[in-house]
Amino acid sequence: MNPVNYLYLSALLFTIGAAGVLLRRNAIIVFMCVELMLNACNLAFVTFSRIHGNLDGQIIAFFTMVVAAAEVVVGLAIIVTIFRSRHSASVDDANLMKL
Amino acid sequence: MSFLLTATAVVPAVGAIATAAVPAAKKSAAKWTALLFSAATLVLAAVVLGRFDTGGPRYQLTESHSWIKAFGVRYEVGVDGIGVTLIALTALLIPFVIGAAWHDADALEDTRLGRRWRPTQGFFALILLVEAMVIISFAATDVFLFYIFFEAMLIPMYFLIGGFGDRSGGNTEQEAAKQRSYAAVKFLLYNLLGGLVMLAAVIGLYAVTADQIGGTFSLQEILSARQAGKLDLSGAGEKAIFLGFFFAFAVKAPLWPLHTWLPNAMGESTAPVAVLITAVVDKVGTFAMLRWCLQLFPEASKWAAPVVLVLAVISIIYGALLAVGQKDIKRLVAYASISHFGFIILGIFAMTSQGQSGATLYMVNHGISTAALMLVAGFLISRRGSRLIADFGGVQKVAPMLAGTFLIGGLATLSLPGLAPFVSEFLVLVGTFSRYPALGIVATVGIVLAALYVLVLYQRTMTGPVKAEVEGMHDLKVRELAVVAPLIALLLFLGFYPKPVIDVINPAVNQTLSDVHKKDPKPAVEAVHTKGGAR
Amino acid sequence: MENLIGALVAAPLLGAAVLLLGGKALDRIGHWLGTLLAGTSFVIGLILFADMLGRSGEHRAISTTLYSWVPVNSFQADVSFQLDQLSMTFVLLITGVGTLIHLYSVGYMEHDERRRRFFGYLNLFLAAMLLLVVADNYLLLYVGWEGVGLASYLLIGFWQHKPSAATAAKKAFIVNRVGDVGLSIAIMLMFTTFGTFAFTPVLASADKASEGTLTGIGLMLLLAACGKSAQVPLQSWLGDAMEGPTPVSALIHAATMVTAGVYLITRSGPIFNLAPDAQTAVVVVGTVTLLFGAIVGCAKDDIKKALAGSTMSQIGYMVLAAGLGPIGYVFAIMHLVTHGFFKAGLFLGAGSVMHGMNDEVDMRKYGALRKYMPITFVTFGLGYLAIIGFPGLSGYFSKDKIIEAAFAKGGTEGWIIGSCALLGAAITAFYMTRVMLMTFFGEKRWQPAPDADAAPSAEPAAEGHAAGEMPHPHESPWSMTVPMIVLAFGSVFAGFLFNLNDSFLKWLEPVTGHKEGDSPLSATTVTATTVTVMVIGVAVAWLVYGRKPVPVVAPKGSLLTRAARRDLLQDDFNHVAFVQTGSYLTRGLVYLDLKGVDGLVNGTAATVGGLSSRMRRLQNGYVRSYAVSMFGGAAVLVAATLLMRAVA
Repeated sequence: MNPVNYLYLSALLFTIGAAGVLLRRNAIIVFMCVELMLNACNLAFVTFSRIHGNLDGQIIAFFTMVVAAAEVVVGLAIIVTIFRSRHSASVDDANLMKL
Repeated sequence: MSFLLTATAVVPAVGAIATAAVPAAKKSAAKWTALLFSAATLVLAAVVLGRFDTGGPRYQLTESHSWIKAFGVRYEVGVDGIGVTLIALTALLIPFVIGAAWHDADALEDTRLGRRWRPTQGFFALILLVEAMVIISFAATDVFLFYIFFEAMLIPMYFLIGGFGDRSGGNTEQEAAKQRSYAAVKFLLYNLLGGLVMLAAVIGLYAVTADQIGGTFSLQEILSARQAGKLDLSGAGEKAIFLGFFFAFAVKAPLWPLHTWLPNAMGESTAPVAVLITAVVDKVGTFAMLRWCLQLFPEASKWAAPVVLVLAVISIIYGALLAVGQKDIKRLVAYASISHFGFIILGIFAMTSQGQSGATLYMVNHGISTAALMLVAGFLISRRGSRLIADFGGVQKVAPMLAGTFLIGGLATLSLPGLAPFVSEFLVLVGTFSRYPALGIVATVGIVLAALYVLVLYQRTMTGPVKAEVEGMHDLKVRELAVVAPLIALLLFLGFYPKPVIDVINPAVNQTLSDVHKKDPKPAVEAVHTKGGAR
Repeated sequence: MENLIGALVAAPLLGAAVLLLGGKALDRIGHWLGTLLAGTSFVIGLILFADMLGRSGEHRAISTTLYSWVPVNSFQADVSFQLDQLSMTFVLLITGVGTLIHLYSVGYMEHDERRRRFFGYLNLFLAAMLLLVVADNYLLLYVGWEGVGLASYLLIGFWQHKPSAATAAKKAFIVNRVGDVGLSIAIMLMFTTFGTFAFTPVLASADKASEGTLTGIGLMLLLAACGKSAQVPLQSWLGDAMEGPTPVSALIHAATMVTAGVYLITRSGPIFNLAPDAQTAVVVVGTVTLLFGAIVGCAKDDIKKALAGSTMSQIGYMVLAAGLGPIGYVFAIMHLVTHGFFKAGLFLGAGSVMHGMNDEVDMRKYGALRKYMPITFVTFGLGYLAIIGFPGLSGYFSKDKIIEAAFAKGGTEGWIIGSCALLGAAITAFYMTRVMLMTFFGEKRWQPAPDADAAPSAEPAAEGHAAGEMPHPHESPWSMTVPMIVLAFGSVFAGFLFNLNDSFLKWLEPVTGHKEGDSPLSATTVTATTVTVMVIGVAVAWLVYGRKPVPVVAPKGSLLTRAARRDLLQDDFNHVAFVQTGSYLTRGLVYLDLKGVDGLVNGTAATVGGLSSRMRRLQNGYVRSYAVSMFGGAAVLVAATLLMRAVA
């Protein structure tokens, strides 16, 4: 199978993830969409690795996974804390980033 | 290597720390500490003046250490005749400023904030801090060192204007506070903008020297490299860098149309702080034109001279006209100062020895005369609690000494012959006239306007029937007289015998003129010298 | 001997310092101390005069340099003095009349609580005036020049609580400053032309400079002279200056300071001699002023203002003579000296009259005073005869010479200025007779003393009269009558002595130079005509003011009279031309400074502020909108990269 198809899939997954981040309010869903985008990138890296015949892309994919795992830990902790204090998981309710 | 100049600057800095460290309850001790340290600085400045050899090398009492090696920044100080005169002026004026400001911070002690912040200690410490920074600026011969202190003195000045300003402005306490903070912010913003432009120019200068002689900020090195032909600043770059420097100095001086911060700053600060602004801090601006603009960028200075001269003449006339139209005593003095700074800049850029010697002497005389006028005005304002001219009238009848000293200060401001400012003003005018007759004539008209604003001020405040609010106003107290009398004596002395000061200034001016390759114009006719005539 | 010149200036200067700085302890003896030091200066002047007479004409000038004052490369100003015959004449006039007027003031200012200060100012004036005439360079002269201006300012405004006095003082100083601009520019021109501004080298090398330059210097000096000597167009301050105490009017605004302009022109003779255009300007100014002052003098009811108009007119004669060049210099100075005597005498007489009349100045409220104040009447009368040029008295000799010289200028100009001078002499006779008749003859027209508040112009010097009290004219104390008597002697005999063997001419000739003009009229004709017009003037005045009673309230008068009462509208002109336009200008500029220059900066600040507050709205705190901008930015970056690739 032509590896380029994997790239199309990756682009599709990334778009779905991006749309989810932008459109959904629930923090958990947004978070999952971020994961989806990260994995779309991983897929693209691995595909390019295969196309070019070197291992760089795969190594970066591992890094991404590690970062994503760390992000899940911190991110979920934040979401749970916010939910505890505000009784809501909607991202629009937390606009504290404005000064 | 001599540590004298450093010591002269360090003593007031130490004094600032010592004053700030005095315990809260001992207000009077803080005042005396400040006065003591300013007197010590004056003694040191007198020693500097004594050690300065008018026939000696150009920069004396020099000291040089490496400071930031990576950028070729050095701690280099040294004085020429111009610098040493201005250091002496600064050291001379500060004790009088402190003496006049003796009770200025007392009112703040009773406020809620005052009990926490020890305003008396802070106020006098800030004054000494400004003195230290100004002295270093006059002594620095390294561009970067100068730049740092040129900018740093804005911080204590900001607090002196905003925090310890005049409480009589506006109708209410809140309005006065609002006006003060407006004035302080305006002062800071204008001068920061000037400083920012200068910083770009300083970096530009470094880039040029780094290209050609391996980056340096040292005045001596730059001058000697140029003389040896190793450094070529000329071209568009020189003009741009010159303009960057000049812009900062023109804001500080201030030159029309960059002047509008001064009336606010002087109006909203107490009289002693206003003296600090106009007689001490602003002098750094005009001094820097002589030391940095003319010596580093002679070609660009000559290139810009016509425009600068026209702006200076506009300053003279414009400042005087606005002074005539003021209703507020302190703002009137501020606009008069703008007019006088016009004269100083005119003398500097006329590029004649009379003009530049006159301009340097003008800086000294203007410092003393404005101090005399402004401090007496301050005594007057504090008695009445208002600074509007219309609130006074007939003061002469109830407080003749106050009126008399005020008149002498005013007469010095209008450059009456016999008082010091006349000599300098006439030198500036002659120096300008011999090269640019038309500008000289227009500037001379300024002396009529000066008479107008001074005498109208005196007439409205001091003469006429005694106003009810003025009745019972007490005359000068001993402390106030002790502050004003020496200044007046000095004005008279320098009016009749300015030669000692001129002799110190003159060699430096001649060297500066030779830097810019300008000679005085020759008279049209060789005069017949017969017996009995002056040389 | 040279060192004494310094002492001449130092004595009154010391007096001024002691009297102004000294405390109340000096109140009791201050006036005598001041008078003593003025007298000392006069004695020193006499010693120097005797010494000078001991030498022959060319060697009489002495000079001394005290110290170097302002040395800046080629600009060398010294504090150095020069005393030649011209300076000597002034020194004797200033110290002599000055001492007499100090003495007079002891009586006149007796009841003023600030008498010590008054004498301090008078001494300051003497010092400055002496410095002016003994300076040997123009810059030092300038110091004296403004010094007398300062003293004049302080003395005109001596009664500062009167707004009119304060205003008059300020006006005098500012108008004089306009003249000072002229002197400044003249000195600058000399410096750029000759490289020096000391009298000797400048005047000796004047012939090497171009005529244009000399004309420039001459016109600038004339501007200076116009300011100080109250000549048209800078004459407006002199009338108002009468707000000062009367001794001040006599000393400063009649006998000495106002003649400084004549001194300046005479001193700068060699410059004017080579600049005919400047000389013409001087003559025109002098002629216009002599008529102007005379006309104003005819209309004033205030005795001091009438005399002020006369002063203006007489100085006009001197300026006219000085403008004639070597034909006239000596006569200008001669008239200056005789005028110093009789005009000071007249003013002192006027002061004595006011002293006796509750400080009333309106001549319409005098009348018949000759019986009550005999000494004043006689001395004033002798001064009157001198000023109108009664044959044999001082004014007759000096004024006659000027009229002769005016005709001797030759040509049409000679006829014009000669006739104007004659016309002036007739008017002088008219207005002086008017003053004389209204004051000392006719009916009593005395009025009760006005309420002090209602008449702010009343001088508060005299003993406090209750409002509504009738005046009791009385002769003044001896300290006031003695100076009047001495001055009356001067008015009578000075002219005769000066003309004895042409002594004054021979005395001054070595300094100013002199040449006889060839007049189209013989000396006798001129003298006869002068006397005739004088008699006509007196006769007309008698017809108007002597034959029938003088109304207490001034009649409306003709258009010219009304204009002359308002000083020929000079103040109205100045008001419209300078004061009003000036005040609009400053008010406009104050507005412009706030809205324009400052507004521009504030506007820039406001624009930046407004822009950033709009930008701030983008930061709404919603995570998703930040994400949108991030995606948008990423998309733009990717698109830009692709686009660049495609282009490359």
